[in-house]
Amino acid sequence: MRGGQDGARAPVLQFTNCRILRGQALLREDLWVREGRVLDPEKLFFEERRVADERRDCGGCILAPGFIDVQINGGFGVDFSQATEDVGSGVALVAQRILSHGVTSFCPTLVTSPPEVYHKVLPQIPVKSGGPHGAGVLGVHLEGPFISREKRGAHPEAHLRSFETNAFHDVLATYGPLDNVRIVTLAPELGRSHEVIQALTARGICVSLGHSVANLQAAEEAVQSGATFITHLFNAMLPFHHRDPGIVGLLTSDRLPPGRHIFYGMIADGTHTNPAALRIAHRAHPQGLVLVTDAVPALGLGNGRHTLGQQEVEVDGLTAYVAGEPPAHPSSRGIQESGCCSVELALEAASLHPAQLLGLEKRKGTLDFGADADFVMLDDSLHVRATYISGELVWQAEAARQ
Amino acid sequence: MRLVILDNYDLASEWAAKYICNRIIQFKPGQDRYFTLGLPTGSTPLGCYKKLIEYHKNGDLSFKYVKTFNMDEYVGLPRNHPESYHSYMWNNFFKHIDIDPNNAHILDGNATDLQAECDAFEKKIKEAGGIDLFVGGIGPDGHIAFNEPGSSLVSRTRLKTLAMDTILANAKYFDGDLSKVPTMALTVGVGTVMDAREVMILITGAHKAFALYKAIEEGVNHMWTVSAFQQHPRTIFVCDEDATLELRVKTVKYFKGLMHVHNKLVDPLYSMKEGN
Repeated sequence: MRGGQDGARAPVLQFTNCRILRGQALLREDLWVREGRVLDPEKLFFEERRVADERRDCGGCILAPGFIDVQINGGFGVDFSQATEDVGSGVALVAQRILSHGVTSFCPTLVTSPPEVYHKVLPQIPVKSGGPHGAGVLGVHLEGPFISREKRGAHPEAHLRSFETNAFHDVLATYGPLDNVRIVTLAPELGRSHEVIQALTARGICVSLGHSVANLQAAEEAVQSGATFITHLFNAMLPFHHRDPGIVGLLTSDRLPPGRHIFYGMIADGTHTNPAALRIAHRAHPQGLVLVTDAVPALGLGNGRHTLGQQEVEVDGLTAYVAGEPPAHPSSRGIQESGCCSVELALEAASLHPAQLLGLEKRKGTLDFGADADFVMLDDSLHVRATYISGELVWQAEAARQ
Repeated sequence: MRLVILDNYDLASEWAAKYICNRIIQFKPGQDRYFTLGLPTGSTPLGCYKKLIEYHKNGDLSFKYVKTFNMDEYVGLPRNHPESYHSYMWNNFFKHIDIDPNNAHILDGNATDLQAECDAFEKKIKEAGGIDLFVGGIGPDGHIAFNEPGSSLVSRTRLKTLAMDTILANAKYFDGDLSKVPTMALTVGVGTVMDAREVMILITGAHKAFALYKAIEEGVNHMWTVSAFQQHPRTIFVCDEDATLELRVKTVKYFKGLMHVHNKLVDPLYSMKEGN
């Protein structure tokens, strides 16, 4: 064959009999993969004059980009905000277990904690590629402690902080080195927030507004300073008011920097947000919707006591006291079942939009040519049948194993 | 010539596909014996391609030992442009069948030396042993491939500038914007297609009726280049009723009367499956 590069000799895998999510539509197309990336089969045919080395029949399933969860506090008994000696093992366990939910990349989230916890935990959660061992770690999401007292929700009051004294230096003193940090949630009404937002954004860290009593103007100014995300819309913020929509008003604000729009996280479990409210948000601004779990350590476990950072949480059935998360994984399926939006948009809200939020949309959250071959095989009810990372099967449902 | 008239587009497409299928299978292609097929693009052959894909997916027809040569390609359009003929052939045919990529030949409209590319194409056809069956269409101006009115009837593969009629007809593929339509193309010559052992021209729709009339009821004329095939020993025109609207009633009646003979070419429909 032409070309002597090893890459060209790598095996080509063709997934057939499937529908792939591309350009907000489900197309009857095959998915071609080589060396962990999505391949352009037309280019392969005309330039390299090659066909697939292996074909896999997907039985009519949907192939969607792997889900990206940018807000998950732990799960399966693991609490990311616990300063243990071996945080890595906990992260690895969660990373492995969420594969069965179709999540291929995530941001381990830490709730409001004292500085000692951040200094001990953050260095133990490096950015890491996904694989058979588990979903990839994109970076840590720090939710707090620079948040509003009134809207602290489950966060412990004793450890809330402000940065009005030394702005960004206060931030560094609290968290320690920010190398592994990807997202910071803060309340923009806190004094000197603009300096902090600008400093974080300049370091490539995504700033999110949440746990806040900011009005719309304060929120807009925060976006102008660089904030790009809203943490769990509707929850832990002022309710929408027609004369001051508050943070919620960012969805339709005309005072955002040109060419930019705001992304907003939604916990689509039917509990945190009434489906009607979810639909209002999605109809106002469908392209900004990002599905998150905000899962707590109780995810995947039964009733009982679990931790959430410095707090204890009682889980009983579908409710968790101290505003937790039901032990089910709300996903595109949940949002679609609530009759909120189309399958295609629900899937994009769980993959493409979080990738766009983090500026990763060339490699993640998409099945465009050249992207990482992280994807999920779903049936028509959006149940996960199999999960792939870099074109490799990393999880498969029991029934599919025959 | 044979003039095969079917009631509508779908039936015409199916007849053409069945004919191609039978020709390939009866040829008994194999490792040392490839069936060479000339192929067109455009809206007319889409139905035919769909049926061929269907026969392939049913296991009745394999393209493993088939070599294809497309008629033409635009000059200056990137190969992966959605309207290039490479894209057309990939999306509408090649990606659905089992043809070896090395055996699918399409002119490269972005070659550095366009005439050399054309000469090389003629050479490849010769090396493949010539074309067994060349399938083509007809333009509203009576052209075959991009052999526009005035093209030599003994022409070979070369660069041609497109006529206004052709540019207008193709504008629909470029958002109706005339300025976006390519103005030049590489095309097989009339002579190149005449060299094929057999030629099948697909003509459907009322907008092609006048061109069909000029091609088969008037003389051989370089202004209506499809008329050249009046001098080919084995040409089939496959059309629907609408395409015959400008023909004499006598012509249509004569050939419709022969349909029982024509249909023997497609019935029985052969299959490559065991035991057929």
